[in-house]
Amino acid sequence: MKYIALIYADENSGPQYGTDEFNQLIEEYQIITDIYENDKVLMGGDALQDVNTATTVSSRNGKVETIDGPFAETKEQLGGYYLFECENLDEALKYAAMIPSAKYGRVEVRPIQEYS
Amino acid sequence: MSNNNLHSIVKLYWGQLLALLIQILKDVELSEDALQDALESAFIHWNKNGIPQNPKAWLLATAKHKAIDRIRRSKNFEEKKIQYQQLLDIQTDTGIKEDEFTIPDERLRLIFTCCHPALNTNISVALTLQLLGGLTTLEIANAYLVKKDTMAQRIVRGKRKIKQAGIPYNIPEKLDFDQRLGTVLKVLYLIFNEGYSASNGDIPIRQSLCNEAIRLTQVLLNLCNNEPEIKGLLALMLLHDSRKATRFNESDEFIPLENQNRSMWNIQQIEQGVSLVQSALKQKKIGTYQLQAAISAIHAESDDYQSTNWHEITLIYDEILKINASDVVRLNQLVALSQIKPVNELIKPLDSLENSLVTYQPFYAVKADFLNKLNNKEKAKIYYQKAIDLCENQKIKHYLEKKLLNL
Repeated sequence: MKYIALIYADENSGPQYGTDEFNQLIEEYQIITDIYENDKVLMGGDALQDVNTATTVSSRNGKVETIDGPFAETKEQLGGYYLFECENLDEALKYAAMIPSAKYGRVEVRPIQEYS
Repeated sequence: MSNNNLHSIVKLYWGQLLALLIQILKDVELSEDALQDALESAFIHWNKNGIPQNPKAWLLATAKHKAIDRIRRSKNFEEKKIQYQQLLDIQTDTGIKEDEFTIPDERLRLIFTCCHPALNTNISVALTLQLLGGLTTLEIANAYLVKKDTMAQRIVRGKRKIKQAGIPYNIPEKLDFDQRLGTVLKVLYLIFNEGYSASNGDIPIRQSLCNEAIRLTQVLLNLCNNEPEIKGLLALMLLHDSRKATRFNESDEFIPLENQNRSMWNIQQIEQGVSLVQSALKQKKIGTYQLQAAISAIHAESDDYQSTNWHEITLIYDEILKINASDVVRLNQLVALSQIKPVNELIKPLDSLENSLVTYQPFYAVKADFLNKLNNKEKAKIYYQKAIDLCENQKIKHYLEKKLLNL
């Protein structure tokens, strides 16, 4: 099954860019990416630019509305994702729990809808 | 054959047969439907020809046929061809006639699926009672005092999540085993407690929750024999259950531990509980259920409330606090301490719990008791009233009201 791991965190919590802690975080991300690749479960994944760069669009009756900012103003923002191919939820949860941001943020794991 | 007779056979075999069918079919709903079909056939055939020598094997074989029928008839037969093939293989390749002893027990997998932490606890409780206990949706709804539709929805949601999110049907890896077992035990204890602290509703139905929880915990213990925490939980349930005949008087009023007629406690359950605790503690893998059961065992073996070894009980609470530093545990420890220490020394530590137990009825009842012992009747009244306002259990409420009146 395919699962997406959505990484949510408060952008102001956790290590900030330029600090030693931040460099360590990046290193940890490299380590888990290696594990995922080694175990052949990684189908994709990216980090997103910060939430200030978000733009939200909607289209109603042919009229497109564009808003500066994310869809929902929440304390924790979507900061990145991984796409896994796993045997079952337990396996997906195991890999998701390794994501370094899980230590101060949260990772939501969802199965990908597969159309047959 | 009577309906009742069939019902008891179903209850006995349901969990094991369903677990096995799910293992083969990888589909909870199809397995349930096939087993249900088999039961309907059983009712007709057994009425005519009598109960077969090996009802369990009969039901399993029939359920497999019924599953094949259902797959054949289903719209998306093409998709299910693999399932179908698997079933046919099993039908033909075993050769040996299945009997009581060759039917494997796959219930442990099913328990871990039903009590997966990815499921809401309410849903786990309902799924466990239905898939393993063989209770109908209506029975579960009645026991939990919710409408049948509400319970049906809850169960459907659970089964859908299992299927769509890919919750596995297997026993967790060693690394996760203890934590996952903890979730299973929590669900079983919740089922027991719902029956034990039943405040209203149909009492026989509620008592059946206690019996069901005990039965399932026993099954779990048989499947992972040496787990001390399972022994601990089973012991705890048995020791609590041993007092059930004495917890309410003829007028259905609540009787606290100190006034219960101990000669009416169930000796068999006590002996079984005590020996389970002893054997668990010897394994030196301590857990909170074992420790709670150890406290229960001390009560069970004391002649009366006053001569209970309160000192030992307070020490066991210290051990529980090392594992689970909760203010509810601290509150219980203070109650035990009040039997051996002057109450005025305990008021301060009690007050320090108020912030976190601000909506917890027993906190106010204990505070009222302490104040009453210190002869501060006016203040005690205020706290009894607070406890009464928070109390959701009608019988306990009535008991507290009586205490308030008698001040």
